[in-house]
Amino acid sequence: MAITRRTFMKAAGAGLAGLTLGRFGLDLGPVRAYAAGLKIEGAKEVISICPFCSCCCNTIFSVKDGKIISVEGDPDYPVSEGGLCAKGAALLSMHVNDHRLTKPLYRAPGGDKWEEKDWAWTLDRIARHVKTTRDRDFIVTDSQGRRVNRLESMFQLGTSQMDNEECALSHQMLRGLGVVHMDHQARI
Amino acid sequence: MTNHYTDIGNADAVLIMGSNAAEHHPISFKWVLRAKDKGAPVIHVDPKFSRTSARSTFHVPLRSGTDIAFMGGMVKYILDNNLYFKEYVAEYTNSAFIVGEKYSFKDGLFAGYDPAKRKYDKSQWAFEKDENGVPKRDPSFKHPRCVFQLLKAHYSRYDLNKVSDITGVSKDDLLKVYKAFAATGKPDKAGTVMYALGWTQHTVGVQNIRLSAIIQLLLGNIGVAGGGINALRGEPNVQGSTDHCILYHILPGYLPMPHAGWPTLEEYQKANTPVSKDPLSANWWQNRPKYVVSLLKAWFGDNGTEQNGFGYDWLPKIEPGEDYSYIFLFDRMYKGAIKGGFIFGTNPAQSAPNTHKVRRAMENLDWLVVGELHHTETSDFWHQPGTDPAKVKTEVFLLPSAQRGEKDGTVSNSGRWHMWHYKAAEPLGQCKPMGGMVVEIMNAVRKLYQAEGGAFTEPVLKMDWPATYDPENVAKRINGFFTKDVKIGDKEYKKGQLVPGFPNLQADGSTSSLNWLYCGGYTEAEGNLAKRRDLSQTPMQAAINLYPKFSWAWPVNRRILYNRASVDKDGKPYNPAKAVIAWEDGKWVGDVPDGGWPPMSSGKGKYPFIMHTEGHAQLYGPGREDGPLPEHYEPAETPVKAHGFSKQLNSPCYKRVDSDKDVLAAPADPRFPIVLTTYSMTEHWCGGGETRNTPPLLEAEPQQYVEMSPQLAKEKGIKNGDVVIVESARGQVQAVAMVTVRMRPLRVQGKTVHEIGMPFCFGWTTPKCGDAVNRLTAAVGDPNTTIPEYKASLVNIRKADKVTEL
Repeated sequence: MAITRRTFMKAAGAGLAGLTLGRFGLDLGPVRAYAAGLKIEGAKEVISICPFCSCCCNTIFSVKDGKIISVEGDPDYPVSEGGLCAKGAALLSMHVNDHRLTKPLYRAPGGDKWEEKDWAWTLDRIARHVKTTRDRDFIVTDSQGRRVNRLESMFQLGTSQMDNEECALSHQMLRGLGVVHMDHQARI
Repeated sequence: MTNHYTDIGNADAVLIMGSNAAEHHPISFKWVLRAKDKGAPVIHVDPKFSRTSARSTFHVPLRSGTDIAFMGGMVKYILDNNLYFKEYVAEYTNSAFIVGEKYSFKDGLFAGYDPAKRKYDKSQWAFEKDENGVPKRDPSFKHPRCVFQLLKAHYSRYDLNKVSDITGVSKDDLLKVYKAFAATGKPDKAGTVMYALGWTQHTVGVQNIRLSAIIQLLLGNIGVAGGGINALRGEPNVQGSTDHCILYHILPGYLPMPHAGWPTLEEYQKANTPVSKDPLSANWWQNRPKYVVSLLKAWFGDNGTEQNGFGYDWLPKIEPGEDYSYIFLFDRMYKGAIKGGFIFGTNPAQSAPNTHKVRRAMENLDWLVVGELHHTETSDFWHQPGTDPAKVKTEVFLLPSAQRGEKDGTVSNSGRWHMWHYKAAEPLGQCKPMGGMVVEIMNAVRKLYQAEGGAFTEPVLKMDWPATYDPENVAKRINGFFTKDVKIGDKEYKKGQLVPGFPNLQADGSTSSLNWLYCGGYTEAEGNLAKRRDLSQTPMQAAINLYPKFSWAWPVNRRILYNRASVDKDGKPYNPAKAVIAWEDGKWVGDVPDGGWPPMSSGKGKYPFIMHTEGHAQLYGPGREDGPLPEHYEPAETPVKAHGFSKQLNSPCYKRVDSDKDVLAAPADPRFPIVLTTYSMTEHWCGGGETRNTPPLLEAEPQQYVEMSPQLAKEKGIKNGDVVIVESARGQVQAVAMVTVRMRPLRVQGKTVHEIGMPFCFGWTTPKCGDAVNRLTAAVGDPNTTIPEYKASLVNIRKADKVTEL
């Protein structure tokens, strides 16, 4: 989605740079336009949100030919006014990054390496483990004979990297299976 | 947060305690500095001098784990000097309530303690009620058992000498902080409290925050612009993910988890629907049955009927009083009771306490699914240092996750702003959003159950589960739908329409909502409000940096919680220059009020603290596990043998587990005389899995270090840059010594206590950067939350003779 770009001079970072160089009497307008033109001319701008602390700084992703080519702070976000910290400023290199996983990996019992697998095989095998564990260990009643529908031997440690929508479904799935050992980063 | 980030700029004083906001929530600090520019003193109370301290008006170092002593002294100072906001305290808090005769507090223990169970019988702390069931009150505060008098008596022991003696803070520094912050007790002044994990990660974490609430209530700082208790929540969507409660003990929207003592929906509702006999109390949780049934309808759709409790009968029921959180999970895993599971986007092999034990525990699993961006110490535990892969039977699946810019959806910031983010590009390679993984795994499980049957298939097969992951569709499910045509008041709604707000949710199955808090965020009239980017404001809203049309905040777009406490009984703002709401021409203007009732003086109003059964903020809080009033207890590992407040050294109820790996140092253990605190840093994130894999960030902060004072370094013969071994009763960590005046020796009980600090983000999967600091920390937790005590452990240090981790 396209947004209206406001003056980036309002952003803390750009503002500082402008002030510093401005003191030497340089007219930065054309320089900035040239630099911007080189990098993000014709790119689509998309609003996202930094995946770190709960300031949730809004970001502008510039996308060209389906590739993310720049990430910067969004000056329209009232909290950050375009600012980002070191982590936020590194978002591009987090997305475009050789260290990232790109395929499902599998490590067999006793194995000493990862093997690449496709999603279909991986999902089927995980589902089989879930079912075997659940069918074997499901607890219908507790020691006092009370109905409890619990699966204690399977757990989930979840994440605040999940969006609200992902969390809602994750919770629904776990309670449906009877999982009680579920926890997440609010605890640690 | 009761308030929100841009509101911090309205503060007349800023107390940052248990947080290093400038480094860990850097953008929040923009608003701290705005307040400072307008004259607000910024006070940083923290063991370490950091960039937050550098930009504060003053920094006061205290010993880790003594915040209650520090703040207890502030309560005494406020009461002794009559600096509290009298009308606010009298009208809006439970200060006048009379506590029952069974209550007592003797030598560190409240009434009702059972040492065998390490638990209190909380019924002994209850209020005395009149013949109508309303708590008795003495507005004159003369009754010896009224909350005001109990509070005064309790904190009368927290004198400057005692507080200084245990915290290591000089009396001058104590007075400097007390004076600066207590100055906000005037009706037209506001002070804000900003905290983070430095308060929660203690065996008294909840009571740290309770005591800050007591201070803020005494000063009339809750509900007002520039006030509040503001948790700087750590993780990216930890606010939203907590609201959706992916935690064992609650259901979405902070609804209690069913337990075995409530076998039917009827019993659950009866136990969890508070009743107030006071006609002036809104008692908002009386609506809980509506939220529970709407959640069940969202989970089970048409299959949830009155006959099966709308699906309640199929839900798991936990054992009453049992703890299924991190510490207990890993204890059970270590002992072989846990067979398999899922770990999404978190790295417990790094970030759980006592990771030596956690890492061994994982080797007992039959199978493990990890959803991640990179390899982490958790996904790769099977070839961790000291482990022979051939001996680890665990089958491990590592699922590649999409990054934030590769998916649509919402996150909620600490100020409860619910904001949409858009997908910029397709996920890299075969990566999927975690929502996609969850939906597809469950569909594969459902397929197997459909074909083969199995254990108790009802909840698996009868849930209303999507075929694919569509965030826009889930956002609507979260808001909720009408499940049939209904008439509410004089308005008619059709089946399938979005519910306009949670006041419309029903307990009869006619509405669904995956989370009542977010109901109203996606409506027929206005669409997905999380997408709003309108910065327009009224002049009144502009005066307090309130942006009501930017995104949407839960609940009902209210930006400052309990805002009716910012006005007097006639609805007039206590601080007209920074009014949050005001009653003008028969209606409220400004923020969305905490309930639309007219002002209290009309006789038709309701008390402002609507989430409390009795409508009053709780100076005295009889609901917590470890006491109705916060009391100083030492951390589970403490450098002192006794303290001046009572004979009860540690919290009498803190959570702990027992195994050969859960060893604690004795009080004032001569083997471990130094206090260790742990923290994050600007360039790395928590366990470090993401940021160590981001080259510019690793380059900026490449290696494990330990900050120590020049005095300690001299004592130990350590030079800046030496590699040292830090050792606790549980393990060792190698780190580069950073000898710095940022850490200062503290004078405690007449002796020098040294404190050192270490970031916990470095792990072995990144070569030569060091390994988990949490090998040192103990698996002990707060009695209410079981949040581990990462912030205060006992250690010793020595120069390393051999370097292997760096």
